[in-house]
Amino acid sequence: MDFNKLFQLIIAASLINNFVFTRFLGLCIFFGVSKKMETAVGMSITFTAVMVVSAALSWVVFQYIMVPLDITFLKIIVFIGIIAALVQSADTIMKKVSPSLYYKLGIYLALITTNCIILAVPLINAGESYTFIESMAFGLGSGLGFALALVIMASIREKLEVADIPAPFKGMPISFIVAGLIALAFTGFSGLITLYELRAISRWL
Amino acid sequence: MGHTTKSNWELIKNGMFSENTIFKMAISLCPSIAVTNSLKNGFFMGVSVIFVQVMVNLTVSLIRNFINPKIRIPIFMMVIAGYVSIIDMSMAAWARPVYKQIGLYIQLIVAFASIFARAEVFAVKNKLIPSIADGLGMGIGFFLAMVVISFFRELLGKGALWGIPIVQGNPLLIMVLPAGGFFAVGLLMGFFNWLDARVAAKKAA
Repeated sequence: MDFNKLFQLIIAASLINNFVFTRFLGLCIFFGVSKKMETAVGMSITFTAVMVVSAALSWVVFQYIMVPLDITFLKIIVFIGIIAALVQSADTIMKKVSPSLYYKLGIYLALITTNCIILAVPLINAGESYTFIESMAFGLGSGLGFALALVIMASIREKLEVADIPAPFKGMPISFIVAGLIALAFTGFSGLITLYELRAISRWL
Repeated sequence: MGHTTKSNWELIKNGMFSENTIFKMAISLCPSIAVTNSLKNGFFMGVSVIFVQVMVNLTVSLIRNFINPKIRIPIFMMVIAGYVSIIDMSMAAWARPVYKQIGLYIQLIVAFASIFARAEVFAVKNKLIPSIADGLGMGIGFFLAMVVISFFRELLGKGALWGIPIVQGNPLLIMVLPAGGFFAVGLLMGFFNWLDARVAAKKAA
């Protein structure tokens, strides 16, 4: 197994191609739940877990069922079905096995099914034809990136509550501007992997 | 069942302005930034959403008496996914260059909160014609938002419209970068809030 590539995948998915700041996915959730730190953390944990599991599950279905049957054109319908079923069963299992955890994270699960960020992971995995492990690494990296974005945003917005903002910009508009500033900072990550590769190559030389 | 009492024209206007998906409801935000770096991409995204929204409302309204309320969510998802697949494949066939840039986001229309919400709160309770009007209004509202945002971003960021250069000189590169998308949406949202407040103040005076 190529750990180097896996590491690069995780870094690339979480920092360089951060879902929120460079691919603009999951924005509804990003702006919706980033008001309080506590909800942001709960959401991040739930999202990362669901992303890794759904990436693995849809990879298996895609490679072993859809490709042999030549029905890859149905991928949108199949993936959304898989995710809906997965979320529903996670909901039921959690309620039974760990009611306290369900009490904390259950409400976030319900929001996940119709979220583009969760659906994007299997779609990108299928498009890039990653292997099983790579798909899971990509899911993990994307989840971590999303978590990072949410936590940063939540910590800023808790301060914004008490700031003096012009009336028309209160609420959503100022959050967008803040997100823009963070996105600007995230463009700084864009050279990271090439740098890393260069250093690896120079060591070989 | 809450039948609507509004006329069709009122329904269309409602979706276009007072309940505008992007600027007023602040849902389905992902594409508002992702595809609006050029007018052409924004235009195609808007048209796709009008198509999906109208067809989903039409279909859900037609089959509303046969849907068991307990399984309505999976049924809506399947209806939406079906129409998204249609637009996805037609675009891949006929608008290849645009599809290469915004294909992922076209596929992710399936996870749009706005489309799902209109099926859930409107189409499933109303007759065919009002449902189509509602879908049309919501779709056009989204389309207008896309066009306005991408108009400003392409004009300021590239000095061009629809790929045709208009202004000479150094463009404001940041507007086509990811961060610029957040800034553009935030500023426009603030502007519309300000406009609303002005209009309301005039009416009150």
